[in-house]
Amino acid sequence: MQEDYIIQIKDLHKTFHTNNGSIVVLDNINISIKRGEIFGIIGLSGAGKSTLVRCMNLLEKPTSGSVIVDGHDLTSLSESELRLARQSIGMIFQGYNLLMQRTALDNVCFPLEIAGISKMTARMKARQLLETVGLSDKAKAYPAQLSGGQKQRVAIARALATNPKVLLCDEITSALDPTTTQSILALLKDLNQKLGVTIVVITHEMKVIEQICNRVAIIDKSHIEEVGTVDEVFRRPKTAAARKLLYERSEHIEKFTGNGRLLRLVFDGSSTDRPIIAEMVLKCGALVNIAFADTKNIHGKIYGQMLLQLPEDPIAVNRILAYLDAENITYQEETDHDN
Amino acid sequence: MTIRELLDLFRQLYEVIIQALLPVKDLLKLTAEGFLETLYMTIVSTAAAYIIGMPVGLILTVTDKDGIKPTPLVNGIIGFIVNVLRSVPFIILLIAVMPITRAIVGTTIGSSATVVPLVIAAAPYIARMVESSVKEVDRGVIEASLSMGASPFQVVYKVLLPEARPSLLLGAAITTTTILSYSAMAGVVGGGGLGDIAIRYGHHRGQTDIMMIMIVLLVAIVQVLQAAGNWIARRNDKRIR
Ligand SMILES: Nc1ncnc2c1ncn2[C@@H]1O[C@H](COP(=O)(O)OP(=O)(O)O)[C@@H](O)[C@H]1O
Ligand SMILES: [Mg+2]
Repeated sequence: MQEDYIIQIKDLHKTFHTNNGSIVVLDNINISIKRGEIFGIIGLSGAGKSTLVRCMNLLEKPTSGSVIVDGHDLTSLSESELRLARQSIGMIFQGYNLLMQRTALDNVCFPLEIAGISKMTARMKARQLLETVGLSDKAKAYPAQLSGGQKQRVAIARALATNPKVLLCDEITSALDPTTTQSILALLKDLNQKLGVTIVVITHEMKVIEQICNRVAIIDKSHIEEVGTVDEVFRRPKTAAARKLLYERSEHIEKFTGNGRLLRLVFDGSSTDRPIIAEMVLKCGALVNIAFADTKNIHGKIYGQMLLQLPEDPIAVNRILAYLDAENITYQEETDHDN
Repeated sequence: MTIRELLDLFRQLYEVIIQALLPVKDLLKLTAEGFLETLYMTIVSTAAAYIIGMPVGLILTVTDKDGIKPTPLVNGIIGFIVNVLRSVPFIILLIAVMPITRAIVGTTIGSSATVVPLVIAAAPYIARMVESSVKEVDRGVIEASLSMGASPFQVVYKVLLPEARPSLLLGAAITTTTILSYSAMAGVVGGGGLGDIAIRYGHHRGQTDIMMIMIVLLVAIVQVLQAAGNWIARRNDKRIR
């Protein structure tokens, strides 16, 4: 039986033609997003994330390939059919993009007016949505009178007004402070659970992915490098691009590690309550150097990761590897120092 | 002194005052007429020029290469016509369009006749003013409305116009005062209004005091209009506070 995918991107290419020649921004992208999941797309600035998410509602027209949303290939729709399809794809932006001359309430009414819904019904629905995002007291406020977090809440309410099946979020917390980011992410997760709306989250911050995503795609230099569940990708990053994003803080350490072999260990919640490294050192009789260590909290499970510099002695190294295998600890040799 | 004598005295006094005030009364009447004519020309021309210029400005914005419906051919043709009209000095346009004015109004003299060249000169000016106001609207807001499925027409009247309202109002104040001063220029060819009086009395008859009064009045109207425009624009801008 086939999976129920709400968004399928097939062989997507996007080339921009500028005065200084053309740039390939998306190269052979294939992604399938399941109905009801929170799907993250992470990549460094300039990787092509915004272009990719803008292709999902055809704000950006793909050079080739297809974008299938809820069974319809958007690239084959007429303009009016596309406008109708867009009503079921909500979008939220980093810069909020609220109408500055409209109150919060009227901003939420806006997509309903566009959909041709009567003013009365629209206002009722808008009030309800402002309540959902915790802003009922700000209905009459203008965007200029709201904080960043409040503006983003209005934008979320607005994006939800037409009961969309998908919510596209492009760096929506990147302009917010950590506390506000937390509350916005919690709201998204809540909406996902309560309304069943599929959410696509674009970000350059790993902590956003960790906090709310089920699955994640890593995009680097116009390519999707890998896709998997957040646990999977986090524990066993297959590509250099993924490791770079995941362990951004360990990068500078790799520069002065010298000639020893490096091993990356990843622990999950079940193993971190035991002194693994201490045991390993004792049992193997070999000293290791901890080059980097970090813990992350993904969906309430603690994940630890550690970068070990192995001893020069190959026999000691073998003992260490055997011990790790026996303890069933995920590890991976770091080969590409210069990455 | 009898009552009859008293009444006679009053009557004589009245005659004296009337005689003294007669020139002032004429002047007042002249000024009032000129003022009303100027107002009439300005208001009618501004309104008519906006009816033509506003849609043209919106078409220029929408069909621009960065607009919501890029259409280089339409944009190029309309842009060219607008530029040509904008580059003809008003005083020359005034005379050049006289055949059109006569065809429409039946005469080339008086305030109604002046409305025609004023509209022809102001419409392209307004088109550019509207275009520049509307282009100030944040690109992101337009994208957001497109992402919700707004049609180009909905983007124009639900996003571009309301979001640009403060800037459009400021533009309208500037445009109105410009049309007012253009209307005064029409006085050279007997266009009516305060400018006409200033030129007829001040230039042709050497009555510089009357000319000064007209200038002061013109300055006062411009000041009031501009201040009112600024005030209305500010009051309408929800980005402040
Ligand atoms: N409209 C455009 N015209 C030309 N180049 C563009 C355009 N939009 C994006 N790009 C280029 O595409 C690349 C990816 O941009 P973007 O998708 O915004 O990346 P990200 O969101 O990951 O930072 C960048 O190099 C950017 O300069
Ligand atoms: Mg971006």
